[in-house]
Amino acid sequence: MTLHRNIAKTAAESALGEQFAALRTTDAERLAAFAAFEKSGLPTRRDEAWHYTDLRAAMASAPAPAAAPSADEIAEAKAALASRAKIGDVRFVSVNGYFVAELSDAPPPGMAIVAQEGARDVGVFDAASALNRAFAPAALSLHVAAGGESAPRVEFAHAVVGEGARAIYSRLHVTLEPGARLSVFEGFFGAGSQTQRNVATKLRLGARSRCDWAGLIDDAAALHLETQSAALDEEAEVRGFALVAGSALARRQLFVRHDGEGAKIALAGLSLIEGARHADTTLEVTHAAPRGESREYFRHIVADEASGVYQGKVIVKPHAQKTDGGMKSQAILLSPTAAMNNKPELEIFADDVVCGHGATVGALDAEQVFYLQARGVPRKEAEAMLLEAFGAEAIDRVEDEAAAEALREVMRAWLRRRA
Amino acid sequence: MLEVRNLSVSIHGQPILDGLNLTVNDGEVAAIMGPNGSGKSTLSYVIAGKPDYEVTGGDVLLDGESVLEMAPNERAAKGVFLAFQYPVEIPGVATMTFLKAALNSQRRARGEKDMTTPDFMRAVRGAAEKLKIEMDMLKRPVNVGFSGGEKKRAEVLQMALLQPRIGVLDETDSGLDIDALRIVSEGVNALRDPKRSFLVITHYQRLLDHIKPDVVHVMSKGRIVKSGGPELALELERNGYRDYAEAAA
Repeated sequence: MTLHRNIAKTAAESALGEQFAALRTTDAERLAAFAAFEKSGLPTRRDEAWHYTDLRAAMASAPAPAAAPSADEIAEAKAALASRAKIGDVRFVSVNGYFVAELSDAPPPGMAIVAQEGARDVGVFDAASALNRAFAPAALSLHVAAGGESAPRVEFAHAVVGEGARAIYSRLHVTLEPGARLSVFEGFFGAGSQTQRNVATKLRLGARSRCDWAGLIDDAAALHLETQSAALDEEAEVRGFALVAGSALARRQLFVRHDGEGAKIALAGLSLIEGARHADTTLEVTHAAPRGESREYFRHIVADEASGVYQGKVIVKPHAQKTDGGMKSQAILLSPTAAMNNKPELEIFADDVVCGHGATVGALDAEQVFYLQARGVPRKEAEAMLLEAFGAEAIDRVEDEAAAEALREVMRAWLRRRA
Repeated sequence: MLEVRNLSVSIHGQPILDGLNLTVNDGEVAAIMGPNGSGKSTLSYVIAGKPDYEVTGGDVLLDGESVLEMAPNERAAKGVFLAFQYPVEIPGVATMTFLKAALNSQRRARGEKDMTTPDFMRAVRGAAEKLKIEMDMLKRPVNVGFSGGEKKRAEVLQMALLQPRIGVLDETDSGLDIDALRIVSEGVNALRDPKRSFLVITHYQRLLDHIKPDVVHVMSKGRIVKSGGPELALELERNGYRDYAEAAA
């Protein structure tokens, strides 16, 4: 974390200070996290990791944290959930950032879920994650034991209900025991344009465990800040994906660390950005053990005056020999005023590694559009076909077919709104 | 019937077609032959409506109606089909999806109902069989991983499905071996019809051994400089284009 002392506090920073004081917390971790935040303030363009997303400028205000949901709000969330097909075998529900057991399924054998204050917890990387640690309600912890042929399929449904400006903080810890498997679909929905959301997810993967994770952000939040961290023991595997199709400003930041030998990650994502929206994916992968593998595959479709950011940093520590890394970020810009900032970075301190990266930004291929038109397909439909194909190649990385189909449907709806 | 009247076309300010006149009657197969750079491909693209070409004069009429203001898809729905010299690869779009979108887009533009899936499948299977195209190939993305010959056969398959008024074949013989040339030509010949015309653009007489033209036009420096019967193609094969390059000057 780069620290800058901003001389004058912004309105948002002052409000956050007052809100934290009002918590009257004595929890050492919360106090330490807020102290870390106070030291740096909201990140600006001068913070390298936030260079393309000036959060300090973007956060004109900091609404108060949402209270635990009322009975009415829980009923409202229940109604909203009823119209959403469950993707997975079990669904765990949070409302306004708080775990709601009565709306959630019972965990199957081998799985334990609990919302608890004071779980031992580090995972503060920067101002966004510090704010989450300072404000988030008790973390929801999911513990998965090894066993069974197939991965249990879990849906985390994060509902926002109620009116008015507020901040939703939520925190999730997932631990896979050695050899355990888990497939997750995580959906954020219901937030309106006065909602600011700050999410933190921490994954701890035991040896030879495997976790598949597909996320969907497609509501209208003013701000979606998400920090996902993962630590992998030997031969553990994570396959992550996120579709960002909503929120005025979205920043997903992923911090992944190969602690054990031979661990594998495959991170992918698709951002569909229109209007004046801004979507930032920033990730840092640290190979701290030999024979690790990392793959990043991100695609972005940017329309109108929207802007996209992809920052991917792969760090290979001196002893992480035989690391195999490959990163790709590709963007299609649909208007002359759309913008994309791609910043792939490699920091390699070992000598026997294979690492590569590629980043492209371009318009739709005019030859392909003409070919489709020459066969009778109207221009808008031709473009939609090509964009759907472009996005589908990213979504195809999601192995859970129900999750992939739900994501494809969101993409199609986004494309239809454009046409 | 296709009529090209006094057509002049530039690209990036460079004149390519220079007052070209050409008529292709119903049921006629017209060949256009000419040296490299004579404007043959430009003519085919302008007929199909490719952007970036600036029409500086003249007109292109299909059944008496000017097509120049029409989008490429509108021209396609009216019956213009361009078989591309270099068919474009479209990763991520399955060939079957593409064929169905093309067919139904044209039907909708003409106020017809979409073709049902069983009828569509039957039509594709029938056409594919004649062109010795495996159905597996059609599950692949459009033209991706197709050999040169497969791409050209796929173009003829599309033409067979879309049943155009006029098929413009832009150097369909390029990149084909003898067997593929025969299959493609048979596919085209099977589509010959008193109500359908073809404009066959080629460098070589070879293709015209398989697709017998009714008339042959020689193009040079952006115009038609001579027209005649099939014997003209043979004469070109013997003497080359030199005489005509001078005639256009």
